[in-house]
Amino acid sequence: MTDMSLPQTRGRSRAGRIALRWLLYVILGLFALYYLMPLFVMVTTSLKSLEEIRTGDLMSLPRDVTFDAWATAWSGACTGIQCEGVRPFFWNSVLIAVPAVLLSTLIGALNGYVVAQWRFRGANLIFAAMLFGCFIPFQVVLLPMARLLGLMGIAGTIPGLIFVHVIYGLGFTTLFFRNYYVTIPSELTKAAKVDGAGFFRIFWSIFLPLSLPIIVVTIIWQFTQIWNDFLFGVSFSQAGTQPITVALNNIVNSTTGVKEYNVDMATAIIAALPTLLVYVVAGKYFIRGLTAGSVKG
Amino acid sequence: MAPILDIKGLYKNYGQVEILKDINVAIDPGDFLVLVGPSGCGKSTLLNCIAGLEPITGGSLHIDGRDMTNVSPKDRDIAMVFQSYALYPTMTVARNITFGMKVRGVDAATQDRKLREVAQQLQIEQLLSRRPGQLSGGQRQRVAMGRALVRDPKLFLFDEPLSNLDAKLRVEMRTEIKELHQRLNASMVYVTHDQIEAMTLATKIVVMKGGVIQQIGTPSEIYNTPANLFVADFMGNPAMNLIPAKASQTGGETRIEIARKDGAPIVLTDARTRDLPADVIIGVRPEDIAEPGFRASQTAQHAECTVDIVEPAGADTFVVMQMGGKQVTARLHAETTARPGQVQQLAFDLGKVSYFAPDTGQRLN
Amino acid sequence: MSNRSQTLRPLGSWLEHHLPKVVLAPSFIAVLVFVYGFIGWTAWVSLTRSKLLPKYEIHGTIQYERLFAAPRWDVAMNNLFIFGGLFIVISMILGLILAILLDQNIRTEGAIRTIYLYPMALSMIVTGTAWKWILNPGLGIEATVRGWGFETFSFNWLVDPDMAIYTIVIAAIWQSSGFVMALFLAGLRSVDTEIIRAAQVDGIPTWRVYTAIIIPSMAPIFLSAFIVLSHLAVKSFDLVIALTGGGPGFASDLPATYMYAMAFSRGDIGQAASSAMVMMGVVFTIVVPYLYSELRAKND
Repeated sequence: MTDMSLPQTRGRSRAGRIALRWLLYVILGLFALYYLMPLFVMVTTSLKSLEEIRTGDLMSLPRDVTFDAWATAWSGACTGIQCEGVRPFFWNSVLIAVPAVLLSTLIGALNGYVVAQWRFRGANLIFAAMLFGCFIPFQVVLLPMARLLGLMGIAGTIPGLIFVHVIYGLGFTTLFFRNYYVTIPSELTKAAKVDGAGFFRIFWSIFLPLSLPIIVVTIIWQFTQIWNDFLFGVSFSQAGTQPITVALNNIVNSTTGVKEYNVDMATAIIAALPTLLVYVVAGKYFIRGLTAGSVKG
Repeated sequence: MAPILDIKGLYKNYGQVEILKDINVAIDPGDFLVLVGPSGCGKSTLLNCIAGLEPITGGSLHIDGRDMTNVSPKDRDIAMVFQSYALYPTMTVARNITFGMKVRGVDAATQDRKLREVAQQLQIEQLLSRRPGQLSGGQRQRVAMGRALVRDPKLFLFDEPLSNLDAKLRVEMRTEIKELHQRLNASMVYVTHDQIEAMTLATKIVVMKGGVIQQIGTPSEIYNTPANLFVADFMGNPAMNLIPAKASQTGGETRIEIARKDGAPIVLTDARTRDLPADVIIGVRPEDIAEPGFRASQTAQHAECTVDIVEPAGADTFVVMQMGGKQVTARLHAETTARPGQVQQLAFDLGKVSYFAPDTGQRLN
Repeated sequence: MSNRSQTLRPLGSWLEHHLPKVVLAPSFIAVLVFVYGFIGWTAWVSLTRSKLLPKYEIHGTIQYERLFAAPRWDVAMNNLFIFGGLFIVISMILGLILAILLDQNIRTEGAIRTIYLYPMALSMIVTGTAWKWILNPGLGIEATVRGWGFETFSFNWLVDPDMAIYTIVIAAIWQSSGFVMALFLAGLRSVDTEIIRAAQVDGIPTWRVYTAIIIPSMAPIFLSAFIVLSHLAVKSFDLVIALTGGGPGFASDLPATYMYAMAFSRGDIGQAASSAMVMMGVVFTIVVPYLYSELRAKND
């Protein structure tokens, strides 16, 4: 990135410039508060007792910090009739996301490698067709997919959800790798061919070692997409296989008993934690995925 | 001696576009073949076809007597050096050089022995554990050469290997490649757009344009008897003077008349050439126009010319004049007295003169 | 002219030659079936009288007639335009302002950017849950402000049928504006610095440099942001479910929730299919010209 800061216009007094600078920071700070406020509310609410929630106000810090709500959220909250907390659903999400992310990334890498480095007649058309798949509203495939999963006997199962996520993730993963691999000179492939290496050898020995950044970008993108998915989860799962987003929604909207806002918030944070963690640790790659998925798509 | 590389009637199309048309080339073992031509002439495509990196549309291709027309690159027993060097970025220099052997399952001891040999030969022993990103352009070039040398192939292919180097390094590496060729007595095919590289390196030159071979010959054949106007213009720097002229037969001699804007035409006679058409283009190398007394041969004929521009170039001085509606360059000695605007006595040596037909561009003599 | 022998090459050689196609083929077939085939299936079913189970006899446009006659669909489409319009326009304006402010050589830029963008990492269900609590009339913002002494303060959009859709706008902007900011910031940074230096040398004031040079040169980024945001708007489903559940009544329904309700709770597959096709039509009119121009530009 280039440094493109513009110097302040001439003719303004030094004091004026400093005041303007302060104003700038104040505005930016206020916006930061705006973006942080819901997270702050979630965390503080999750640490308050129900009693304190009813009497206190939204913005105040908890008087007595209690982790009861977290414990309930993890292992006791009710989703409909079951009251096992969010734990089994958290693991469902893990069991769905991990294989789906790895599979779609691997296939996307191979696809991108073919489209970028082994061009053949029609390869670009195939790529365009796949890219197009990224943009359809998934509502249009929900009904036939539900029937197909039924026919395949994996309706309402975790493998069924993995399958769906891999299929509809391929467009993006292929796009990521294709855009990365087109920047690698084709002479590299040629040199390796002359050296006697074949399709997979070239991929494994030359392209894969070069791909770490794009692998990270793709994995983060896919993980965020799949972990945060609700539509496929709610459409294609059943009681025991629901991902955490569906469970969270069920807990929040369950109408039985007293409304436990602190438990709702703790559950929401638990559901958000993995992707937030990824974001904090690898934010750079997260942003690259977001912009690559939109600017180049 | 059976040709090491034999290309017959090769065609290459991309869809409807013909990239290469009826290519016929054969070289003997130990030949250094240079494919030269302007960009887009198909020379790199031809090299890729020889390597097997591009399938060919028609014709056949033999390497050392074996039909390689449909054989994949790895089975052609070739090695290739690329313009961008195409070093594997994540591998060390040593692994770059041994990768081909590793893929082919050569045992580790042999790999290591050959690596040492090549590294010593190219003086890159101290670079073996580095990665391509840590090397200078010249070092990368050497590693790319090493990767090819270690294979000990039937045929070396070079795709403009020096074009990414700066001028000084380019000349050094050129000499080194020539030396390598002489030492190994290997067969090489070399693509370049630089006609000086072609002249200095080749034992045989193929001049190409628009996917068609213009001329095949030794450097001296190409230089002295270009087959057509394109070759005449392309090979040599400064380029051959190509001057429109009138030819007529007088007795046993041919009389050549070159019109001039200012003053009488230059009239030259050529006793060795006969039966030229009335309109010709006469091709004279700049070094065949000199000051009387310098490099003058038996066949030199004198004429007075008005000098327009004088360009000292160290060893020589070039002067530019108007003749037959063209700028004509003469290569004079460094201490010439020629001055812009002044009349200069010049000697035209027609011993190596070329004549071309203005309409077809083909050589006439 | 071609005398190349193509006959009877051994299988290994064939495979070697066609391996790239073989590798790409499963994905291509998957896309053909699961994207294009399924769209075809949905399109077909949208022309039938399917109810709880799909039927395959074509009955013309009856489902679309029912759809456009349904008050609930009418509300959903209206909401889509309100929501989509506000969401896109406000997100873009906010994103652009934030990007320009952040572009002034801010020392803590990295940290601020991280804060602005983190909502994008959250599930819309989480976002919906958080805002549902914040906007809760009994205990949320309303109660808090009243607690500060403004006894008559009222903020009950969540339960007000006329205003519920705007709560979704609020939450969606909170989630996506940071992302738009990141897009614009990248765009600002990609403008040729020499042009900006030239403008500075010419003595053009900073705000003019932005309005006359930088922002116009970012037109492609505006387009990208617009495409992404409108795409998000049409697909928005999770947020509505989590925040309002489409309520009160069906006051905050969007086409996506309408489709889901028809497909999975009302057992009206014909309506679900036809509403899905209309959604796709909306997305396509926006995305197809964009994709087409992008791919053309790439192939040049």
